[in-house]
Amino acid sequence: MLSILRSMWLTFLHVFHKTETVEYPEVKPYLAPRYRGRIVLTRDEEMKERCVACYLCAAACPVDCISLQAAENEEGRRYPEFFRINFSRCIFCGFCEDACPTYAIQLIPDFEMAEYDRQSMVYEKEHLLISGEGKYSGYNFYKNAGVDMGVKGKGEGENEETPVDVKELMP
Amino acid sequence: MKYLFIIAGVLLIVLSIAAGLIWVERRLLSVWQDRLGPNRVGPFGLGQVVADTIKLFFKEDWVPPFSDRPVFVMAPGLLMITILLTFAVIPFGPNFYVFDSNIGILFFLGNSSLGVYSIVLGGWASNNKYSLIGAMRASAQMLTYEVFMGLSLMGVVMMADSFSFCRIVEAQKGGWFFVPQFVGFLVFFIAGIAETHRLPFDLPEAEGELIAGYHSEYSGMKFGMFFVGEYLGITLISAIIATLFFGGWLGPSFLPPVFWFLFKTFFFICVFILLRASLPRPRYDQLMELGWKVLLPLSLLNILITGAILIFLK
Repeated sequence: MLSILRSMWLTFLHVFHKTETVEYPEVKPYLAPRYRGRIVLTRDEEMKERCVACYLCAAACPVDCISLQAAENEEGRRYPEFFRINFSRCIFCGFCEDACPTYAIQLIPDFEMAEYDRQSMVYEKEHLLISGEGKYSGYNFYKNAGVDMGVKGKGEGENEETPVDVKELMP
Repeated sequence: MKYLFIIAGVLLIVLSIAAGLIWVERRLLSVWQDRLGPNRVGPFGLGQVVADTIKLFFKEDWVPPFSDRPVFVMAPGLLMITILLTFAVIPFGPNFYVFDSNIGILFFLGNSSLGVYSIVLGGWASNNKYSLIGAMRASAQMLTYEVFMGLSLMGVVMMADSFSFCRIVEAQKGGWFFVPQFVGFLVFFIAGIAETHRLPFDLPEAEGELIAGYHSEYSGMKFGMFFVGEYLGITLISAIIATLFFGGWLGPSFLPPVFWFLFKTFFFICVFILLRASLPRPRYDQLMELGWKVLLPLSLLNILITGAILIFLK
């Protein structure tokens, strides 16, 4: 009997505890910066699109929700002609972000994307492209690898050495 | 004419307590469980009562084709009728009662026995294994606990010399019966919890074990009547505890007597809800063992000792 009274007393003391409820939407929960929320396409520090339409994200996607088409602009730089993500299929796994070689496609900590109509859950490039660098600032793919787009010549990239002239005798 | 006002007043108070309990129970349970209860619908979530009522009205009121139709429809109504009838004999204030019956306690016990019927008939008419198990368990549990519910009140009756609720309240002017009849109070309290099949004695409902037990086939307003009927039962038992053991409407005169009665009733309702928040459910045989082996002898001992002391004092 006493143990029953003790349980009742201890439960009663919970009146003085803080409630654990997060009163969404007045209070938003804390999301870590690596939280896998909405997908965005980012630009590099020269405000040009990072995406080179390599199809790696579409290939990595486990539910095939990414659809894109490559095209080349006048300078010869590849870009996606259209880039479509169907968010009603997307499982927010982040495989596309892991696959992307240019850090173009990123997942940001935003999840408030509810819509009434399934067709408005399909985001086109103009909905996905942001005017910033996203989570990885200062990274320009063409400075590290890739063909000569006027950004670097052969051997002038970061972490690269200039090529050695194999016909010279000097070291 | 005054009579009509009293009847309307009692009905209004009782039904609004029962409906308000929907909100009170959910908020209180959540306070004791470190969370917030409903606080969105109206001011402080009070609109939840209205929202729940509207929802229950709009639900499809389906009577199963394999059920016993007239009994199925009648069972929840029977529960409400027996509980509301009992409220007619409880005094809310010095002259605030519908009917001063001089066998008030017997009337209450008779009605609670009829209330067992509503559960048994509800479970039986549902024609469903789980409902039947729930109903059989409920009837066994409620019959057991009713035996000493009546016996535990005999101590109070002996001390007040009357079965009438009004006279018992007046007999407490010298001291509340909770002190001399402490054992009777405990036994009646436990029996009351079992009668209204609340946690920890809610095996008839057993929301995780029996898939809602006897009211699993009920939907819409019939379920609403079982639901509100259960809250009415809690209010009734709290009111009776307050009346018989804690002085009913007696209290310091800086507030009207009705207020003291309602305050004491509300206190016991909160204790019922605290029990629900804190205690686990015993096994069925443990429950029955407690009833027959512990509480029945205790209530008989209580009558014996009370009778002996009263004869000695006379």
